[in-house]
Amino acid sequence: MKRSLVQEFTKGFIDENPIARLVLGLCPALAVTTSLINGIGMGIAATFVLVCSNTIVSMIKGVVPKKIRIPIFIVVIATFVTIVEMVMAGFAPVLYKALGIYVPLIVVNCIILGRAEAFASKNSVGRSILDGLGMGVGFTMILAVIGSIREILGDGKILGFPLFGPDFEPVLIMILPPGAFFVIGILLGIFKWSDLRQEKKKLQSIVH
Amino acid sequence: MDEEPKTDSEPKLTVSSSPHIYTTESIPKIMYSVVAALMPAFIGALYFFGWRALWLTAIAVLVSIVTEAIIQKFRKVDITVTDGSVIVTGILLAFNLPAGVPWWIPAVGAFFAVAIGKHAFGGLGFNPMNPALLGRAFLMASWPVHMTTDWTNPHGGTLSGLAAITGSTPLAVVKDAMKDISDGVNVEGAQSVLESTRDLYFPLFWGRVGGCIGETSVLLLLIGAIYLFYKRYIPYQIPVAYIGSVIIIAWIFGGEGYFSGDWIFHVLAGGLILGAFFMATDMVTSPSSPKGQWIFGLGCGVITMVIRLVGGYPEGVSYSILLMNLLTPLLDRYTRPKVFGA
Repeated sequence: MKRSLVQEFTKGFIDENPIARLVLGLCPALAVTTSLINGIGMGIAATFVLVCSNTIVSMIKGVVPKKIRIPIFIVVIATFVTIVEMVMAGFAPVLYKALGIYVPLIVVNCIILGRAEAFASKNSVGRSILDGLGMGVGFTMILAVIGSIREILGDGKILGFPLFGPDFEPVLIMILPPGAFFVIGILLGIFKWSDLRQEKKKLQSIVH
Repeated sequence: MDEEPKTDSEPKLTVSSSPHIYTTESIPKIMYSVVAALMPAFIGALYFFGWRALWLTAIAVLVSIVTEAIIQKFRKVDITVTDGSVIVTGILLAFNLPAGVPWWIPAVGAFFAVAIGKHAFGGLGFNPMNPALLGRAFLMASWPVHMTTDWTNPHGGTLSGLAAITGSTPLAVVKDAMKDISDGVNVEGAQSVLESTRDLYFPLFWGRVGGCIGETSVLLLLIGAIYLFYKRYIPYQIPVAYIGSVIIIAWIFGGEGYFSGDWIFHVLAGGLILGAFFMATDMVTSPSSPKGQWIFGLGCGVITMVIRLVGGYPEGVSYSILLMNLLTPLLDRYTRPKVFGA
């Protein structure tokens, strides 16, 4: 059954969310989400690369020899990552500094290569763009959620504005690496839990 | 389970299936014995640190119990807060805190210890690391200032146990002195500090020094440990290997030259006695074969002394036990005894 174009776009939000469902691209999700703005910045950068690489990969899918497709995909992705890197360094130097090595590392982000390999190289250009956009939005959303939880608990702020009074002593560990694992672990648990509940409901509706 | 099968006619010979040897031990029995074994040190803490020790311990225990009850209700499993294991976690967590921390420190720590340290992995028997120590590690990473500076003076003594030095705990004093010597700053002063650790033996043994709530009194902790040995609830291999390796490493590397370290000081100071007898010996998180227990204790001792002598923190007992906890499944696998006849 072929998905409708709307479904192609929205599947990345929840149903096939890269972090929560596919568990891909965990490295940037763990490393840069110390604040909401970092999460959104990384999400937008990855989305741009994802859409562009999906477009190109889908366009050239007919002429790429099967045996060397991965290096070719990587070259395509790396081109767009270089563009993102230069634009970010020029127009958002603070964010560029905060994301650091993780901007060039978008090249090896599993989501982008994964979509190129699993989707764009088999589907039309239009669908590939929608897929890339949807996956990118889903990735950005979950990074924003992780980033805001970590910023609120670990720093007592959101987007740099203090939320609590001066007596609040932030939970420092939340903006340290272990905090990322706690938040992602609990988020994955919540997704799994809601899956199980829905399956149970489905089963019950079949029985009755 | 240990009742004989009953039949109507009086049997002359009772035939039952194996096992024929039962144990009457149970989780509550063991856990409440551990609670009892911790009581001497707790009473000592009340004497040395006052009512605040009771207040912080009560919060830790209460939050642990409530957290476990809520999570077990949520998970729809039997609520087992009365088996005592969560009470042990709460007491041990409080024992690992300075007496001057604000009230919410034990509350958050106990919640983390029980929710993430224990129930995220499946509850009692499935936790890879000692929950109380994990709670302490969480607090150390989150509020390092509270956890390393909120010391209070013991009743009738100073933080360091020495009248001349009042600013920090014994291990921190020695650490600073060693650093001064290696940096070549104030060498004579630092050497005289190192000399004076001999005067600390009695305060350390009795507990009249600064430190975490339950770790200061070697005497009172040993009373509890002897009770647990008598009941055979803790294996002797882990504490012997742990303290033995600390003695050897402290003697060889703990002084200015080799083979001149003050090993008595390193055994008595800090949380070694509490850790070696009450936390490294946790049944869930330590190996079950004697050979594995020897290696486990040795590893704890080596890591503790590496942290104390070259690491960034003055004390390394809690991290050493946590690291060795993670090796426990491997140790159990490689030290499994040969099956008879196999």
